[in-house]
Amino acid sequence: MKKQSTIQREFSLRKYFSFFRLRFNMGIQYRTAAAAGMVTQFVWGFMECFVYKAFYDSNPAAFPMEFSSMMAYIWLQQAFLMFFATWMMDNEIFDLIINGNIAYELCRPVSIYNMWFAKNAANRLSKAVLRCFPILITALLLPEPFRMPLPKDIGTAILFVGTMALGLGVTVAFCILVYILSFFMVSSQGIRILLTSLVDFFCGSIVPIPFLPEPLRTVVELLPFAGMQNVPLRIYSSDLAGTEMTRAVGLQLFWFVLMVGLGKWLCRIAERRVVVQGG
Amino acid sequence: MITMEHVCKSYRVAKRNAGMKEACKALFHRQVESIHALSDVSFTIGDGEMVGYIGPNRAGKSSTIKILSGILTPDSGSCYVDGRIPWKNRIEHVRQIGVVFGQRSQLWWDVPVIDSFALLKDIYSISTPQYEHNLEELTDLLHLQELLKTPTRQLSLGQRMRCEIAASLLHQPNILFLDEPTIGLDAVSKLAVRDFILRLNQEHKTTVILTTHDMQDIEALTQRVILIGKGRVLLDGTLADMRKKVSLYKSDSNIREGNINDLSLDEIIACLYRQMHIA
Repeated sequence: MKKQSTIQREFSLRKYFSFFRLRFNMGIQYRTAAAAGMVTQFVWGFMECFVYKAFYDSNPAAFPMEFSSMMAYIWLQQAFLMFFATWMMDNEIFDLIINGNIAYELCRPVSIYNMWFAKNAANRLSKAVLRCFPILITALLLPEPFRMPLPKDIGTAILFVGTMALGLGVTVAFCILVYILSFFMVSSQGIRILLTSLVDFFCGSIVPIPFLPEPLRTVVELLPFAGMQNVPLRIYSSDLAGTEMTRAVGLQLFWFVLMVGLGKWLCRIAERRVVVQGG
Repeated sequence: MITMEHVCKSYRVAKRNAGMKEACKALFHRQVESIHALSDVSFTIGDGEMVGYIGPNRAGKSSTIKILSGILTPDSGSCYVDGRIPWKNRIEHVRQIGVVFGQRSQLWWDVPVIDSFALLKDIYSISTPQYEHNLEELTDLLHLQELLKTPTRQLSLGQRMRCEIAASLLHQPNILFLDEPTIGLDAVSKLAVRDFILRLNQEHKTTVILTTHDMQDIEALTQRVILIGKGRVLLDGTLADMRKKVSLYKSDSNIREGNINDLSLDEIIACLYRQMHIA
């Protein structure tokens, strides 16, 4: 009996991995979009480098991070933009809800939440994989002071990879909450724009969180959005270390679990009251 | 075996008059009207039966299909499909049924059809030999050889519909719901689809419930017809029963004396709709 349940579990994980795989395969075929995105990210990255250099030169004491940490932050942010950009939502899912193709999704023996999670994570991963390498390689070869440093030691590198995955999880869990909200609304446009612009600020994508003035900084660090790019990108260059880091990773985990739980609960309610209109 | 007893379902629709003033008023106060999609629908369908479910637009055909496939929860009444309540345990239920929505698509737009099929294999946990056997049979009967490697977006409507039907049958469901499967198809595709459904019913004893506006579908496929209008079952019988019913209303100016048998199916149905005030 027990064996049977493990077999079933295995099969059910395989389902979601299958979604992941297909979405990933689909994502990596959009080469032109990737090339265009990369150009933008290079330009944006260099622009940021020069702006922060000017800041730093005018008063190094007022600069809240090491300059090399800042460079790592900028280049990683550009390379993994697609991991963490909350404005890049999966339009396919909004379309499903708006045009009613959700009917088909509901006819499948799968959990809607898990399926969306798998699809979303795959979508972000496929986009990032296509774009990250040229940016990372260039950033590692740039002349000082713009070069991106390597992590201090292997432990830091492992922590970076782990918190990147967790950060992706937090981002996806947040986006799914927005998808689910659109079940309850005629149009999701408004809430999308409102939420994503707020999050863009609070996650440290416009300005890194250390640059925010107190007490705003303390508050923002407690929010779920600090667990997106802020944590892994600062762990990479050891800007975030010691007890401060332990606390940040703990918070990241806490928000991840909370948002997934909330999402699954809301998804169940939404499934109950879903109305697929027309033909 | 499918039984539906006293099933009711109503939707809430926000209404307002035309004009700016009315639109502004609706911002603060919405007039909501209840529309009864189904009121007291009951019927029983035995295993291996093929039933046509017809009625004018808005009669409640799609709502019925959606309730039977576990997507919609009715307001009241009971419904059992092979002993299962569809909306109570959606995931268990949908594993056993197949659904085709003629106006929607379940295939992934940008990848070859075979990739969508492979995903369905994992979703329904179909074993590899079983999958290969079913795929071969479906490919053969629906002439899909050339289509499987083509991305969905490049298929014509008729080709796509054949693939959609195959996709809904890969897991060998014993009940198949077809919601307007021939909508928009040319004569050749229509005949191919009809022929296939007939064989499926004969060879695999699959229970088929078919909604359509195409009376030739009904004539070619089903012995039994359920006519629904304004959310009620108005007639449950054969096409011959319908002809008989129409002949009772000789006062209808559209029926010329004595030549009821010369009327086309569409004319008969139109008369019926008019006489029952459901048109």
